[in-house]
Formats: sequence, C-alpha cells, structure tokens
Amino acid sequence: MLVDVHAHFYHQRTPRADWRERNESRLAAGGRIGISVHVASILGSFGLTSPTYFPSPRDVTAGNDALLALQRAHPDRIRGYVCVNPNYSAHARAEIVRGLDAGMIGIKLAASRRADDPLLDPIAALALERRVPVLQHIWQHRRRDWPGQEASDASELCTLARRHPDVAFILAHIGGGGDWLHSLHATGGGDVPNVYVDLSGSGADGGMLEACIESVGVNRLLWGSDITMDTGWAKLRYLETLLSKDDMALVRWKNAARIFPPGAFPTD
Amino acid sequence: MRIDCNAFLGAYPWRKVPGTSPDALVQALERTKIDVAWVTHLPSLFWRDPTEGNAWLYETTRKEKRFKPVPTVHPGLAQWEQVVADAANAGAPALRCDPLYLGLEPAGGEMRVLTAACAAARMPLVLAVRLEDGRQRHPNDHVPELPAAAVRALIRSDADVRLLVTHADRAFIEEVHFGSTPEEARRIWWDICWIWGPPEDHLATLLDTIGSERFVFGTGQPLRLPENGIAKLDLLDVSPDKREAIESTNVRELVS
Repeated sequence: MLVDVHAHFYHQRTPRADWRERNESRLAAGGRIGISVHVASILGSFGLTSPTYFPSPRDVTAGNDALLALQRAHPDRIRGYVCVNPNYSAHARAEIVRGLDAGMIGIKLAASRRADDPLLDPIAALALERRVPVLQHIWQHRRRDWPGQEASDASELCTLARRHPDVAFILAHIGGGGDWLHSLHATGGGDVPNVYVDLSGSGADGGMLEACIESVGVNRLLWGSDITMDTGWAKLRYLETLLSKDDMALVRWKNAARIFPPGAFPTD
Repeated sequence: MRIDCNAFLGAYPWRKVPGTSPDALVQALERTKIDVAWVTHLPSLFWRDPTEGNAWLYETTRKEKRFKPVPTVHPGLAQWEQVVADAANAGAPALRCDPLYLGLEPAGGEMRVLTAACAAARMPLVLAVRLEDGRQRHPNDHVPELPAAAVRALIRSDADVRLLVTHADRAFIEEVHFGSTPEEARRIWWDICWIWGPPEDHLATLLDTIGSERFVFGTGQPLRLPENGIAKLDLLDVSPDKREAIESTNVRELVS
C-alpha cells in the first residue's frame, strides 16, 4: 500500500493544452511506482481565469468539480482535497462541506492567505468538525514575499496548528524549494505533534530524509510526489535503506490512514 | 554498465551533507548499482585556487577503480595549462570549470582560451548550471547560475570543443540546443540529474525532440540522491539500447 498525499491533476479550463496527457502520465507513473491512491488537489484554473494561488470562487468550484469527476472516474485510485481560497470565507466553508459530502477526504490551502491569519480559523474548525486533514502549501523558510502567492512557512503553519491542536495539518513538499532545515526545526520541537511533513517536491537532497527522520520522526512523515514523481520515487527507494519495514509502512500509508477519514483508502 | 558522470567527494560549505567521503561514495555506488563515477573534489570549487584539491583527487581516485578524476581548472591563474596537461597524463576523462564559482566571466576571454585548450587536448569540459536549487541556497551563497548564453558562446568559440553540461533543466537545454547549429549541438552532452520525469515528462520530451544520444547519466551525488537518476530512467518508456546509451555508451562517445 502506498498513498501519495500530494498529487495534482489538470482539467480542460486551465492553460495546459496537454492536461489529459499529464493526468494520464501521473496515473501511468503511479502504476510503475506502485501508488495505490493519489490524494490530489486542483488549484482552480491554474491561472487561466484567476491566479493559481489566488483562485476566484468560481474557479475554485470548477476545479473541485473537475477533481470530483476524476475521483468518480477512478474511484480506486484518486481521492480529492477540497481546495479553497480563505479570503472568501463563506464560499470556502460551503465548498468544504460540498466537497466532503461528495466524497473528498481533506482540505487544500495553497497560498491565498498566510497560514497564521485568523481567516484560517473557521476552516480549521470545520476540519476538526469533519475530521479531515489540512494540506498547507509551504515555502520552506520564506525570507521575503514572492510574486503570485501569499506563501506561508513552517513557523506560520505551526502557529495555526497550536491554535487547533486537534486538527492534523500537513506541511507541504519539504523538498519543494527553500530551506527545509528551517521547517524541520519549526516542526520538530515536539509542541506541534499535529503537524505532519509531506516528503514531496523536486528536491532530493542528500541529508534531507535523515534530517526529517531525526527532527520529526517516522510517525509524522507522509510520502508524496507533487509534480515530480521521479524524485518521489527516489526518496521512497532511499528511505527503504534507512528504515525498517514497519517504519516504511508508516511513511508509505499508515500515517496517512491515521489522519484521513476512516474508509478513505482501500484497506482501511 | 552505469556511469555517473556527475559526482563529488568532500564537504559542501553551505550545509551538512552526509556521504561525502570516498568510502561513503563507494557504498552509494554499490547501493545504486553504479559501476563508475566521475568525481570532482567539491570543497575546492569554493577555494581561491581550486586546483589545490586536485592532488588529493588524483590520489583518492588511484585507490578506487570505480572513481575517475575530473579535476578542476582555473584559467585565470598562472600555469593553468599545466593542470590540463596533468589531467591528460592522469587519464582524467574530463576537466571541470565552473566559471561563476571562480569569479570569471562565463564566456569571457579566460573561458574561451580554456575551451580551446580543452579542445586541443581532446578533453571534454564539464560545467554545472547550478549545484543546488536556487530557492534553498544559503543566504550568503550568491553565485549566479550559469547562463544558457554562455554555453552557446563557448560551443561556438572552438570548432572542436566538447562540453558536458550538468544540472540543466528542460528550458535551459532547449534554449541551447535549438540556439545552436546541428554541428554545435552534437558537441554538447547533458546529464539528466535536473530534468523532470512524470507527470511533466520533460526527460521523455527531450529524448524525443533532441535525441537520446545527447544525454548521459549523472546524479550530482552526494548533494542529491543518486536514486533519482535511476528512478527517472525506470519511469521512461525507452528501449534497452537507448537506456544503455544514456547510462554508458553516450559517455564513451563524449570522451572518444
């Protein structure tokens, strides 16, 4: 069993003319890697009619609809996060209820609003109510604002996590660029046991996985790929040389099964 | 046969990296079934005279048959021509010069003279576009990335030079390849360590548009996990012949 907790799919209303090929490629590569379930999100129109990280409510809904359609088309392999823009609070809450009622299993927050902003509190409250995890896009040690996103770093996510200790938060793509050591210091202190680290991202740095295991521990690591499945597979292969079979099972799927709703994955 | 033409020995100054010793690299090669590694002494890339690491590199590679030395040359220092001669005498498969790490104009006079000398010595010249993701570099690590224009300028500067460019992504490779004549492009080889696999499929696209004969297996280890290069190949739909070419045959063409 292998759960990819950080996947993306595309749809027709995005700038990608090759959206079908990219979706097919993910599923085909997933077959080779042995991915049982892709837990995915769609960030609105990915820039076609509103910015990727600041999606309009209309695009949020369209993206979630597209993902629900994919989930219906591949019920054995695709599960969805409801993506929302917290700046539109009422829409975000309604969209979360709609998506979860339709079978989605988590909430995706990209970079529309800083993670420690009070606007995220009602979303976290809803995550608690529905017992679903929140995947938060993270810029590992954001030293400045980057164009096109109001990115958060691990310190800000941890602030939110302390306010909502019973909600599981997933710190996105530790290998996705930026100073991952900063994030591991922020999450590894023991006061935020509800923050999980997703191993996805194009970075496959020597030493990164050892640091993850040392700082956070195997009980809070989740395997994922994001948009580079080759680096995801590389990290999985290397982890197998570092961890016991039982610990690998935690990273591959058991930690995910613990924080996603019961029945989210086939063997639950 | 699998040859890693992009590997390092020694510590990295900007962060803690495990597995930088010769013994650790041998273990990594065994783990990933890599038969040969072209290695450069990593710390000396950051020294004022990077050639001061070459003696250690030669000594170390003489002790381990799987290592092939890729010494560093600084064309702005006196007697750099001797470094080229030493490399040839030592049987080095290539020379490395990362001009921006040395404070040189990437396609300036020194680099052009070095390019000509490498061509005359029938020695490929290795250049890295980057060593780390620009988003994660140490705040004091300000060395710019190698510009694609420099690679185009260097390949044009001498009709016989052969370049191996490592850590380049799809956009960089396409810009240089299609910004060069077919004859120029045939003298450039690219390692696969920074090219994305699925679902974006940059590597598969480049093998189709540029040709598998231009690509060689390189990992950037120990800064990056060597498993990544193998995972990329395992995710490709390529014939065994093409895979073998990327893993070893194309490198032999580069050094022939």
